[in-house]
Amino acid sequence: MADLAIAPARDAAPEGAAQLRHARMLSVGARCALPVALLLGIGFLAPLVAIFGYAFATPRSFDVFTSFTLANFATLFDTTNTVWLSFFWSCGLALLTVAILAVVAYPIAYGLNLVFGRWSALISVFFVFPLFVSENVRLYGWVLFFIKNGVLDGTLKWLGLSGGPEVLYTPGITLFGMVYTYLPFMLFPMTLGLALVPRDLVDAARDLGAGRLFIWREIELPLAMPGILIGMLLTFVLAIGATAEAKILGGQSIIVISHDIEIAFTYSQNWPLGSALAVLVTFFIGALTLFALSKLDLDRMLGRR
Amino acid sequence: MLQTSPAAPQSAELPKPILQLVGIRKTFGAFTAVDTIDLDVREGEFLTIVGPSGSGKTTLLRMLAGMDTPSEGNITLHGQLINDVPPNKRPTCLVFQSLALFPHKSVGENIAFPLKVKGVDAAARKARALELMRVVRLPENYFDKNVMKCSGGERQRVALARALAYDPEVLFFDEPLSAIDYKLKKTLEKELKDLHRETGKTFIYITHSLEEAMVMSDRIGVMRAGRIVQIGTPEEIYGAPVDRFVCEFVGEVNTLKVKRGPDGAWQGVDVPGSFTLAPPRDGKTLDEAFVVVRPEFMRILGPGESADNQLEGVVYNEYSLGSRIQYQVRVGAKVMLVELSRGRPLPASADRKVTLGWDAADAFTLES
Repeated sequence: MADLAIAPARDAAPEGAAQLRHARMLSVGARCALPVALLLGIGFLAPLVAIFGYAFATPRSFDVFTSFTLANFATLFDTTNTVWLSFFWSCGLALLTVAILAVVAYPIAYGLNLVFGRWSALISVFFVFPLFVSENVRLYGWVLFFIKNGVLDGTLKWLGLSGGPEVLYTPGITLFGMVYTYLPFMLFPMTLGLALVPRDLVDAARDLGAGRLFIWREIELPLAMPGILIGMLLTFVLAIGATAEAKILGGQSIIVISHDIEIAFTYSQNWPLGSALAVLVTFFIGALTLFALSKLDLDRMLGRR
Repeated sequence: MLQTSPAAPQSAELPKPILQLVGIRKTFGAFTAVDTIDLDVREGEFLTIVGPSGSGKTTLLRMLAGMDTPSEGNITLHGQLINDVPPNKRPTCLVFQSLALFPHKSVGENIAFPLKVKGVDAAARKARALELMRVVRLPENYFDKNVMKCSGGERQRVALARALAYDPEVLFFDEPLSAIDYKLKKTLEKELKDLHRETGKTFIYITHSLEEAMVMSDRIGVMRAGRIVQIGTPEEIYGAPVDRFVCEFVGEVNTLKVKRGPDGAWQGVDVPGSFTLAPPRDGKTLDEAFVVVRPEFMRILGPGESADNQLEGVVYNEYSLGSRIQYQVRVGAKVMLVELSRGRPLPASADRKVTLGWDAADAFTLES
């Protein structure tokens, strides 16, 4: 594309003026990227800069960019602060969500690729469909399902049984909600990853004497790994920032880190503290993601290099 | 269904069949991909199945390798029925058209894969893989090389070594050389032939190129529309084709339609004149027939020369085929091909008029 802008300059007989004009202008690619760059600059970077500024402002003030203090971080790094507990809950739940989803989504992804045949498209739609409804609405739906005298409990009682289990407002149901919410984000990268495994290779491995388990371990899993890892990374990043599940289904039986941030900004009206916490979490997730991506050499995994 | 061509006098010392196909059929819905094939594959032979695309040769191979099951008929290996034996339980191995190398494994790991399946320990695996790399002429330092960084020819060798590592009794090849450039292909064909001799294993090779088949095979089976129309040595396929299809498959040929005149002599249908022909195969009496003359048996007659059959024509095109030159000669509405060695002058008059000629013994008289 850049050639388009340069080519006429080469042809122009009096080189000086034309070349100078072209040199001052941005390349075609850069000009095309300009609107998106502006949008990202304003919509994505500006709030981050504001949050970063607030993180160093005087606690419980709105003196952004006018004061500088590390007091907010000092408050957070105080070992008696409960944000660490929230942080461990978030990390733990996110890890468990990823682990459960990996196990749950794999058979579905395998089925979508190799078993369901022409039904695959329809079944995929069923997994995408819930995304059209707001997350909160869906979670309240689960509350109605599990609540005392709700769908489950009420039906069981109506059938003359001893009612449903009292699972609502526990950490367990929070985890259930997260697994439910993030299933599509694991499923589709994984499906794509599995679709990239050439069936010839599986046939060849089988022809060379390998059994199902051996083929899965040596051929299918390693070749599908890019998709699986991207699904894991995506769900982990989303799950660590999850808050609705813990609030709505978990009934605040546990507090997650993003809930802590929200409390700081709203209930406590301590924007600098909330910002400092947000900055810490952002850096943690960012570092983790970059580390994972640096380890995850997609080209090498796919054998392209 | 097909006798193994007349030339089989050494039947007493023929190796016993390792693989036997009896009445093999494969249908996909209403489509018959493989239509009643009977075939005895002799132990240690290099058998090539050749046919145009869609002739069912790949389906046949997939059934032999265990990736498809026949709709009808039996496949036996050493007399044991193997119709439903899965590929990983058969002592056979297929070299795929795509080669199907594992892209995430090194050259050495690819070759050692079947050994890893068998549970051979790492040191022994490496030793055997290096040994096989020598057999297929891959340098030793390729052991740790990324298999996707290898060239086309090197990948062929890796695929071959991997198949040999499985130590199969029968090796199948599904056109593995189809994507290789001409010169390298010639080298690899010869190497494969050498390897066949060195290993003494039974090779069954599938290709659409008869040229490839001619170079390597002990026997060639020609497939058409799901059937084997002829099977025999390369010489038999070339020298005594059963029909026009086999004849034309071997290369460009001149075909003339003839019918019996009132006096019983053969008369040309698309060119005028009467012809002296060899009797048709199997001593059949025919009213209509096709004469097939290979371009290399067609002669251009100089002054004083004569042949059993002669045609007058005009040379209107010539192509260099390297060591030979092919002339296109128009005879009436028909174009005949003649191939002469390079350097032989064309005995033509100034207006490029020539007399074509061939002897009855150099042509085939075929029913269809």
